[in-house]
Amino acid sequence: MVSFKINSKAVTFDGDQNTPLLWVIRDALNMTGTKFGCGIGLCGACTVHVDGKAQRSCVTPVLAIDGRSITTIEGLASSDDKLHPVQQAWLEHDVPQCGYCQTGQIMATVDFLKKYPKPSDEDIDKNMTNICRCGTYVRIRKAIHRAAELSTAGGEE
Amino acid sequence: MSPAAGQLAISRRQFLIAGAGVAGSLVIGLPLPATSAEDSDRMIGFFVQIEADGQIIIGSNQPEIGQGIKTGLPMLIAEELDVEWANVSVRQMPLGILKTETGFAWKYGGQGVGGSTGMTDNWDFMREIGATARGQLIRAAAARIGVPESQCRTKPGFVVCSWLGTEIPYGDLVEEAARLGLPEESPPLKAKADYRIIGTRRDTIDALDIVTGRANYGIDTLQPDMRYAVIQRAPVLNATVKSFDASAARRVAGVLDVFKIDGPAMGEPYAILASGVAVVATSTWAAMQGRAALEIEWNESASENDSSERFWAENEEMLKGDGQVVLDEGDFTSAMASASKQVRHQYRVPFVSHAPLEPQNCYVYVQEDGCDVIAPTQMPSGASRAAAAVTGISREKIRVEMTRIGGGFGRRLTNDYVAEAAMISKRTGWPIKLVWSREDDVKNDFYRPAGLHEMQAGLNDDGKLTAWTQRLVSASKYYRRPNMPDEELYGAELYVDDFPRNIIDNVRLEYFHNPIGIPRGSWRAPAHTANAFVIQSFIDEIAHETGQDPLQLRLDIYGEEREIPYANHGADTFNPGRLSRLVKFVAEKIGYGKELPQGRGIGLASHFTFGGYAAHAIEVTVADGKLTIERIVAAIDCGLAVHPNAVDAQLQGGTIDGLSTALGLEITVKDGQIEQSNFHNYPLAKIAAFPASFETHILPYNDQPTGVGEIGLPTAAPALTNAIFAASGIRIRSLPIADQLKA
Repeated sequence: MVSFKINSKAVTFDGDQNTPLLWVIRDALNMTGTKFGCGIGLCGACTVHVDGKAQRSCVTPVLAIDGRSITTIEGLASSDDKLHPVQQAWLEHDVPQCGYCQTGQIMATVDFLKKYPKPSDEDIDKNMTNICRCGTYVRIRKAIHRAAELSTAGGEE
Repeated sequence: MSPAAGQLAISRRQFLIAGAGVAGSLVIGLPLPATSAEDSDRMIGFFVQIEADGQIIIGSNQPEIGQGIKTGLPMLIAEELDVEWANVSVRQMPLGILKTETGFAWKYGGQGVGGSTGMTDNWDFMREIGATARGQLIRAAAARIGVPESQCRTKPGFVVCSWLGTEIPYGDLVEEAARLGLPEESPPLKAKADYRIIGTRRDTIDALDIVTGRANYGIDTLQPDMRYAVIQRAPVLNATVKSFDASAARRVAGVLDVFKIDGPAMGEPYAILASGVAVVATSTWAAMQGRAALEIEWNESASENDSSERFWAENEEMLKGDGQVVLDEGDFTSAMASASKQVRHQYRVPFVSHAPLEPQNCYVYVQEDGCDVIAPTQMPSGASRAAAAVTGISREKIRVEMTRIGGGFGRRLTNDYVAEAAMISKRTGWPIKLVWSREDDVKNDFYRPAGLHEMQAGLNDDGKLTAWTQRLVSASKYYRRPNMPDEELYGAELYVDDFPRNIIDNVRLEYFHNPIGIPRGSWRAPAHTANAFVIQSFIDEIAHETGQDPLQLRLDIYGEEREIPYANHGADTFNPGRLSRLVKFVAEKIGYGKELPQGRGIGLASHFTFGGYAAHAIEVTVADGKLTIERIVAAIDCGLAVHPNAVDAQLQGGTIDGLSTALGLEITVKDGQIEQSNFHNYPLAKIAAFPASFETHILPYNDQPTGVGEIGLPTAAPALTNAIFAASGIRIRSLPIADQLKA
């Protein structure tokens, strides 16, 4: 039995403890905002936060998160009126095309901006490794910079 | 509504659809009253629902694969309906087909996305739906207040009678409007100058759902009692299951059933399906674990000796012979013989995979009296046919729902995964969600055909092109078409009306088909991706080898605006002057001709695709074998840009798709097996590959939209490789670029 918190709610999982966290989230908890893209930790569509840090859930066995705290895209904002600055920036730049990778992109960006609150383009290039098959990278880059501005502005209020 | 009015609606629809070029379709799409209990009486026809509070719900009939059609088509309806876009929400419509005496007819208009036709095919249709609904509201208002219709007009969301000073919200009129018969005349459509929504910046309609994780894709389908399925498909192309041992698989906790799936025999047209063994379980992971425990013996396959090495060697040999001449205009042989300068080169374009980020998946529940399908498909009618073929259930009893789709790129024109899910549900009687892994997807695709192109051109003393030939050996994708004669296989590989027909006087195109066991299909902008690379590279080489400027040579060749007849897909005419305008524009924007430091260069390319025109200028640095893309300027002429955000997105995304593919993507086969499996050896490019300096420009042309989904892609790769040559003197004639720049 594995116990952990997801979006502040306590849950348990008593299936195969090697099950990747991704499939526990999707199939057992029926939360589908976290996406399956490659299954080997390369595309980042499955990115969630484990104790606040971005992690690729498709290569994280659920036993590794026993006692820990998970945030998924569903838990990033408390309501549509209080979106996370990264989500706001994504809307301002109308980033999504098919949209499938975007929840993972957003979760990765939230963690990235904690480490690089005012990132350069080079910081983005070195650290943002999620794949977008539609090629929304032009707008993702702009939205990351905008999210950094929004976060800073929010912090000063 | 009276039967006569219904008949009228049908006849108008036939007229409209004929105009939109959808063959053999009878459509009832325009305003009809509620026809069944599930249709709301707040609806005017199938597409427009007006709530009492003024909210407008507009139906979108096309699959949304990221091209923006779910925003773009409702913009057309909203424009003509005359409502505020802020009050519009959009609902995805299911597949709508009706059984008729002669077959099946479209209920909501033709549905399916491919060939960049989503906007062009629906441009008149959707505006007429909006205008007709608006006309009904005006007539309902006029009848209620007892004035002639001519005394009523609309302002967004209201019918206004200026004479009486009355304003009636649409929401108060909809029930009366829905009961009115249709007028015989089509309503007038707005002039371009009056557009308030068409051509304006509007955000993706589902953006909030997407960024909050609420947007549903096929793979997110959750249904009561649903079971999860995966399939182990043959590792060797076209192999079949000989025998299997499922005992270990059945011991995996959660595994419910294991059985064989038969694919059609090799060479059977269209619905190619791999043979394999299905595992059904209580979760995706349990099914995957069960699959890993399978022991399967496979039959020998006719494709087991297929290899890329052999394919490319055969291609070279075949080019030494004579192929099928598919276009021969002027006198190519004499023109070439008398040319004062000849240029000749070969180019190689590889097989590539679609790899949409949402892996293939499908929910199917086969029941006694029908079948439910929820599928990420570009062709919902194909999904319906696939499910019908597998289950024997008549198509009018197969309900096909569409979700957002995690990318298409042509892969989801083929509904093999729908057929698989239907087989599994039929066999088990359970509601089934079939999920492919990334490995399943990369190894079981319908790949872009690979080909070897030999180009030869002759020029006169003035440096003018007088003779041109393209000789192509490839694995045509048309092999999957039923009853396709060999002499028509070229049609998917060489579009004979493309450049340079009617531009260069003496042109010969020659085709050789080299069949291979690798399944092939349509990959975004199909043969344009190969031919634009080849032709735009070759023009660049001609310029350099004959002492001409690559920009000026293009302008000389394309010339001024003029309409050339065009019979290939997507347009009736080709106007090379529109290419001149674009290539000149991007060259100016990027500062073509400016002094550049050592190791830096600019490349250009321009191409006509599906009625639209695109050009790229790319600036790169090549230093110590390392390529850096410094700047990208892309421009598109899609006539009228209906939904500019989507046009920009398609131009950016198409550019990135083209560059990502050119940089590092190739599918190869060895011993009948696809060698790539996931993103470590099929490395889609990441954000770092693309510069912050990346501009897109929409150059308006007239008041008619062209398609945009594929147009931005073909010129990206040749602009890049032409830039690499300008920077380094290294000419890339074989894609992908991979490590060719390393000394």
